[in-house]
Amino acid sequence: MKRDNRIVWINRLLLPLLNILTAFAVTAVLFWIIDVNPMEAAEVLLYGAFGYEEGIGYTIYYATNFIFTGLAVAVAFHAGLFNIGGEGQAYVGGLGAGLAILMLDPTLGAWVFIPASIIGALIFGGLWALIPAYLQAYRGSHIVITTIMFNFLAASFMVYLMVHVLRDTGQMTPQSELFPTNSWMPFMHDVAAGLGYSIEASPLNLSILLALVCAVLVWFFLWQTRWGFAIRATGKNGSAALYAGINPKHIIIVVMCISGALAGLVSINELVGYQHRLIMDFHLGYGFGGIAVALMGRNHPLGIILAALLFGTLYQGGAELAFEMSNISRDIVVVMQGLVILFCGALDYMYRPWLIRHLAPVPKQEELSGVAI
Amino acid sequence: MTDTLAIELKDIDKRFGAVHANNKVCLQVKQGNIHGIVGENGAGKSTLMSILYGFYQADAGQIDVLEKTYTFTDSHQAIAAGIGMVHQHFMLVENFTVLENVILGSEGGALLADGLEAARKELTRLGDEYGLKVKLDATIDTLSVGLQQRVEILKALYKGAKILILDEPTGVLTPQETEELFRIFGALKKQGVTIVLITHKLREIMAITDQVSVMRAGQMVAHKDTKETSRAELAELMVGRKVLLQVHKNPANVRAPLMKVKHLTIADKQGVERLKDVSFELRAGEVLGVAGVSGNGQTELLEALSGIVPMTSGTIEVLGCEMDAKHPLAPDRLRQLGLAHVPEDRQRMGLISDFSASESALLGYHTDPKINSGIWLSDRKVEANCKALMQAFDVRPADPQLKSANFSGGNQQKLILAREMERNPDVLLIGQPTRGVDIGAIEFIHQRIIDMRDAGKAVLLVSVELDEIMSVSDRIIVLCDGEISGRLDACDADERTLGMMMANALDPLDPLQTMDDHQASVKQKAHQETQV
Amino acid sequence: MKLNKITIAIAAGAVALSATIAQADVKPAVVYDKAGKFDKSFNEAVWNGVKRFTADTGISVREVEPTNEAQVEQGLKKLAKRGNSPIVAVGFSSANALSAAAQAYPDTKFTLIDMVVPEANVQNVVFKEHEGSFLVGALAALKSETGTIGFVGGMDIPLISRFGCGYEQGAKHINANITVLQKMTGSTPAAWGNPSKGGEITRSQIEAGADVIFAAAGGTGMGVYQAAADAGKLAIGVDSNQNHLQPGTMLTSMVKRVGVAAYKSYADAKDGTWSAGVTAMGLAEGGVDWALDEHNRSLVTADMETKVNAIKASIIAGDIAVHDYMSDNTCNY
Repeated sequence: MKRDNRIVWINRLLLPLLNILTAFAVTAVLFWIIDVNPMEAAEVLLYGAFGYEEGIGYTIYYATNFIFTGLAVAVAFHAGLFNIGGEGQAYVGGLGAGLAILMLDPTLGAWVFIPASIIGALIFGGLWALIPAYLQAYRGSHIVITTIMFNFLAASFMVYLMVHVLRDTGQMTPQSELFPTNSWMPFMHDVAAGLGYSIEASPLNLSILLALVCAVLVWFFLWQTRWGFAIRATGKNGSAALYAGINPKHIIIVVMCISGALAGLVSINELVGYQHRLIMDFHLGYGFGGIAVALMGRNHPLGIILAALLFGTLYQGGAELAFEMSNISRDIVVVMQGLVILFCGALDYMYRPWLIRHLAPVPKQEELSGVAI
Repeated sequence: MTDTLAIELKDIDKRFGAVHANNKVCLQVKQGNIHGIVGENGAGKSTLMSILYGFYQADAGQIDVLEKTYTFTDSHQAIAAGIGMVHQHFMLVENFTVLENVILGSEGGALLADGLEAARKELTRLGDEYGLKVKLDATIDTLSVGLQQRVEILKALYKGAKILILDEPTGVLTPQETEELFRIFGALKKQGVTIVLITHKLREIMAITDQVSVMRAGQMVAHKDTKETSRAELAELMVGRKVLLQVHKNPANVRAPLMKVKHLTIADKQGVERLKDVSFELRAGEVLGVAGVSGNGQTELLEALSGIVPMTSGTIEVLGCEMDAKHPLAPDRLRQLGLAHVPEDRQRMGLISDFSASESALLGYHTDPKINSGIWLSDRKVEANCKALMQAFDVRPADPQLKSANFSGGNQQKLILAREMERNPDVLLIGQPTRGVDIGAIEFIHQRIIDMRDAGKAVLLVSVELDEIMSVSDRIIVLCDGEISGRLDACDADERTLGMMMANALDPLDPLQTMDDHQASVKQKAHQETQV
Repeated sequence: MKLNKITIAIAAGAVALSATIAQADVKPAVVYDKAGKFDKSFNEAVWNGVKRFTADTGISVREVEPTNEAQVEQGLKKLAKRGNSPIVAVGFSSANALSAAAQAYPDTKFTLIDMVVPEANVQNVVFKEHEGSFLVGALAALKSETGTIGFVGGMDIPLISRFGCGYEQGAKHINANITVLQKMTGSTPAAWGNPSKGGEITRSQIEAGADVIFAAAGGTGMGVYQAAADAGKLAIGVDSNQNHLQPGTMLTSMVKRVGVAAYKSYADAKDGTWSAGVTAMGLAEGGVDWALDEHNRSLVTADMETKVNAIKASIIAGDIAVHDYMSDNTCNY
């Protein structure tokens, strides 16, 4: 049993830390090759992400998106489904949020607009995931394939709407008209100012609270309700779930709708919270980033929040790095982010056998006879 | 025919984690003989052959092939030593021709054409010699299953095999194809090829082999000359006997039937009928035993009765409700009606290894309002539920937070039994209740089953342990090849009778007895369409 | 307004900051759009102007390449905070971000290329693409033997219609009966980089009789020039001088000097002549022009050259008024 606990700690803490360190080590070598002092770069990155209020604001603002998409991936993952469609669901969710705002009377108050936009994002994101879910549950099309394809469909669909239906008159950029001011998700610096504190302006807005609430709700749903139990049972052992009378088709449908709805909330942070209009491609990168975040966060809301924060740091710190250091172009920053994804996602279990062999060795045969492992 | 040993295995030992797949297995196969190895699914036959073929390495033991000692670390070395293997699932490239498939892996040189020509000559010679006629330029997907198997055999011979191992070769064949295969075996034997045949079909063993070895639970339990044994004896050996403590039970007080099964037929996804026109009644106050060699429809029967697999035809009346193919009842609905089910395979179905014991103890009952407070699945109540079950069935360690996988098999089983029995169901379906459970727990479990029966519940007991069936049941039905091959009262049952019924010894031919792989029927269909 | 309150708060900070670095010389900077500076098109043209400024003056220009929407604004603001001025933003897609940054840093000089943001500290550089297009349209009509010419636009936006409309006017100015075929490649930014579709449209226009085709379509143009060359027809390039791309079949290029706009903005700031407002760079200002070099010399007769230059002079003099599509979103002239 002691060994069991050790394995849990290896998986949850040691492994992610080692992975990140490896990614940073490789990045350091890369920096050294292109004539950048890795320590200096690390300093710039950390300062950029956490060194001043605005930087922190940006970091958390990016992290908010990753919390939503990370949770989306994790919920599906607990049912054994791999939702690659976060990008498309986030994008279409944005349509839901945008339409909710643009179709309501602009004189209404924030108390109408903000819940309406959240509901719009939830419904549209969820519905966009419902179609692949239906195809998986009742037609046997593989969810990985269909969700990927639905990303492309979402992109084309949104382009059509943005260009032909929603484009603001006289605008060359395909973007909608500005949302009415009272529909904006309040900026954190405005809220702080209202409370008598002064913090630097950044895109950080109250959506982060929504993200944290979602994280708690996801935790509660998965681990503290019968539906979550059914979902996890299905994901861990499909035959046992079937035996328990859990209908896997229903699980697929429900889980994917929840997953899509969570991904759709990216638009609340991006559009309702910051851009204040429906724009093109606001979602790019967050859906796929969410997969890495979920993997690194071990599909647990707490882990996802931490992993999202790491990705927020990489986004904001990376931008700062590209800004401050002339040798580091934005492409190098992408490479750095890619390395973290590679080591934390794709090569996740690289160190695992080694760690387990050394830190939690299998007991000898004689000890085995009592309790089977 | 010489007395040279083609294969000699000494004390082969292999563990997979806690599973002791091969326990000091010894085997001697004489050159030029056809040697059968029989045993139930999971007895360790395939593991043993995989060790011989270099797929796995034994933890201990010695392998001699043609009187030379080898240590195989991969199958290439086994092939070089003269061993050929025909797997249950063919390893052929569907859209390659026969010729291309045969030379795959031994193309010989950079230019394909040279290799192909040389191979064509050699294969023609082999085909003539052994009567293995196949069109060399036909693509695999146009060939029937029987012919594909022939290609596999040719492939092995082409690579110089002097010893052929065939894993369940007739599982995918029609009776005619089986006859043809046996004819080929005869030809091969005449040419001095040694054949090792792995199967659990006793008829084939009796028909074709010279010697037979029986495996059970990872051990070699008997070596016999085929002439000197019988199907019934082999069946007994395969299933094994266990010294059981006597179960104390009073005469059954049988009442009205709680479950009526009429003409139940179950076809798997590939359309193969795994259960054929099965009818019986299960009455309150009795234990109905279902005997049979595993893989003869017991799993399908349990899963159909509990609503897990859909029925193909027939009806099941249970606790006042009726279900048929068009009107299925889901497992959760049946559970609400008062039907509980202890699945045969606890790892696969009975619990979720990664879940804590308290969560596994909830499987199937997670919607119970007694455990839910509104939308909240109360941790406290979940744990209390598990603690109560653990106490009632003496599950050790009594730690609800421990991962299910970390309990021993017996304790896992007790937890599952507790979960299903403590809710006092009217109908209880139990599969293999004592598999892998120690003697003390067996007695306890049997007593609980009898208690259920005495309380007026109906119990259906599926077991491969004949003693268990005979001592716990009141009535027995025997399944063979998906059909009921015998019905009798427990007091009339003895091992010999049951063994004969299990082997369906009255039936001269058992076509397609088990088709437990997916490819089988797909290929079967292809076969029917393009009989060459 | 909520925004103003924040603006003031930040501006106060910014003033304090900028005061300390006021004595510094010009600290030029540029924020490209999301396409990045090596986009073989618009951003790259700006980058060429930036490079030339550095080469000429020895003053380095700070560059920012944002990867997402938030970083455009972030970059602009951060540059302003660090005391950079003037800061050039590239392309109409940066307008929202620039507007926010300009409000936050009212003492910083911003230059926006290709779009107008009405802020007191923003210099907006727009181009009279219709004038340049008029010239190449006239040349196309002079050269055409079939009486049919073509136009391939990139993304379907008013800006590109402005090219098309100017082109049509120029052609009709020479030959009132000429047929001008017009087609846009698409309605999304992807239309700037779709040479195969460009080639397709070109071939269909050639089939319909066109023998000179003008592409105002970014990277899509490469397909247009290739298709024209393959069919032995003529093409007209855009933005930079593209005559060298298919020597012998490039009739000319409608040059739009975005690099010059960036360069001029920096140079003006250095000389103290930078001013906010809208600068429309047309033929008179050298912002647009037609290109004549050794690659198309043989295609343009002396007579044509004279006529086109005469038209150019007339436009500069105001004798010919070219209708701007974007003034009323129609092409009625």
